[in-house]
Order: sequence, then structure tokens, then C-alpha cells
Amino acid sequence: MYKIAVIGDRESVLGFKALGLDVFFAEDAEDARETISRISKENYAVIYITESLASPLASEIARFKDSPVPAVILIPGKEGSLGLGLTAVHKAVERAVGADILSDERK
Amino acid sequence: MVNPTRMELTRLKRRLVTARRGHKLLKDKRDELMKQFLGVVRENRDLRSKVEDALSRSNKSFSVASAVMSPEMLDEALLYPKQSVSLELGFRNVMSVNVPLFTFHTKNDDPSEIYPYGFAQTSGELDDAVFSLSKILNDMLRLAEIEKSAQLLAQEIEKTRRRVNALEYVMIPQLEETISYIMIRLQESERGNLTRLMKVKDIMLAQAQEGRKAENA
Repeated sequence: MYKIAVIGDRESVLGFKALGLDVFFAEDAEDARETISRISKENYAVIYITESLASPLASEIARFKDSPVPAVILIPGKEGSLGLGLTAVHKAVERAVGADILSDERK
Repeated sequence: MVNPTRMELTRLKRRLVTARRGHKLLKDKRDELMKQFLGVVRENRDLRSKVEDALSRSNKSFSVASAVMSPEMLDEALLYPKQSVSLELGFRNVMSVNVPLFTFHTKNDDPSEIYPYGFAQTSGELDDAVFSLSKILNDMLRLAEIEKSAQLLAQEIEKTRRRVNALEYVMIPQLEETISYIMIRLQESERGNLTRLMKVKDIMLAQAQEGRKAENA
């Protein structure tokens, strides 16, 4: 049985606690890095992390890109969407196709 | 450098046939993967904007709630959850790429049972925030599933594309070049042999004529 983790600053992720997800508070990137490396060894299939914490940890997160679990998914924090998650989608397209062919078919 | 022998030639020709077939198969695989990938990635993009919008909205009501309530109260209200979610992990095979499938189980199915606090001491905004979060949870899981699939497919496509290119631009041209080299060498030695035989024949004819002349004289 797998679990779901949420990493973020207190204000952004406290609400997920009510849903029964495992919430880890991290106030800065260093905290988040530790948390990620700790819980990636446990039974977490999905790790949601706020965009603002994820941006300095890009290399850590890239490590999980090619393995089936855990899925590290960026979510907007209390600052609102920074567009990082969408950038990651476009990166994947670029990696597969060689060029970002989705960007102009927006709308 | 290879030995320009007939045996080597047969071997290389066989390898060329295999390489061509592999190239065709991998190309088909790449095209099909690409088709699947584009579908997945479109859904990924749309789902992501949907989830991000919903999350931003629920974050807003959450900030209002945290402004109205004292932080201690908020902690107290949320820190001991009533609901718990567990995840079952399955795999779906897309063109030999295993992409994850999540099915999640919640302990409480009743949507009004998600609030882990009494209503007396909390503000209505908190209810809104928690309720909207619980509504997007499903989409968030779907997003996790599909985003992971997109990443895995992208990786596989990259790998397949490299293989296709390696075959198309390196392996196959090299094999063709070596084969034509061997064929040229073989033809050359064939011609060399032929002229040598003709020369020998000429010499032998000349000798025979000499002999006949000597006999007649």
C-alpha cells in the first residue's frame, strides 16, 4: 500500500492535512531537500511539492524522472502558480520530440 | 579493416538485412510512442492548468481562513485528520513502457465527513478551503499519474529515437560502405585473375607456335 506526501511551507499545504495526505512542512529548500531524500526511501508513490520549494531542488527532483515511482509533482503554493509545472511539461515534450511543438497550439 | 573475402561479405549482408529490419521496427515504435505521448501530454497540460487554478482558488480561501482564525486554532483544527488516503499502484503497459496507474482509497466516503474539527470554533472559509481541496484531490492524482506517464514516455521516445538515428546514420551506412568495399576488392581480384589467365594463355600460345615452327623447319 502506497502513501501520498505533500511538501511545502505551512500555509500552502496545511489544508492537505485534512484530506488525510501525509504533510511535511519545509520552510526552506534545505528542509525540503532533506525531507525528499528521506521519504523517497519510504512507500510514497506520489510526492507533491510546492513550486517555490522545488525550483532550487531541480536536480534532486530530476533523479525521480525516469523511475516509475515516486512521481514528484509540482503544485502552486500560496504565491500562486509560478508556471514551473507547465514548464516541466514543455520540457518533456522537448525531450521527446526535439522541439516544443505544443507551445504554439495554445488556445 | 575487414578481410575482403566472400565469407565476410555474406556475413555483412546478413547483418545489413537485420539492421534494416530493426530500423524499420524501431521507427514504427517511435511513431506509435509519439502518437501516444502527444495524447498524454495534451491531457497533462490541460489537467495541470485546471489543477493549478483550483489550487490557487482554494489557497485563497485558506489564506482568508488563516487571517480570520488564530494560528493555534488553525493547527488544532487541522493537525489531527479524520480522513486518510491510501494508494494502490498498478501499471499499464504502453508500448512496453510501464506507466503507473493510481487508484486511491479513502477511509471515509461521506463527503461531509472530511472536516476533522467541530464547526463551532472555526470559520466558514476553512470549510470552503477544505471542501475545495477535497474536490480537486481526484484531479491531482490523475495529474500525478499522467505527468509521470508523460515523463516515462518522453524518456522512452528519446531512447528509441537515438537508436533509430544510430541505425539510420551510423550502422547502416557503415555496413553498406564496407560491403561495397569488399565487392570492389573482390571484383578487382577477379579482374586481376582474368588478365593473368589471358596473359598465361598468350604465352602458352606463343610457345606452341614456336614449337610448331621449329618442327616444320
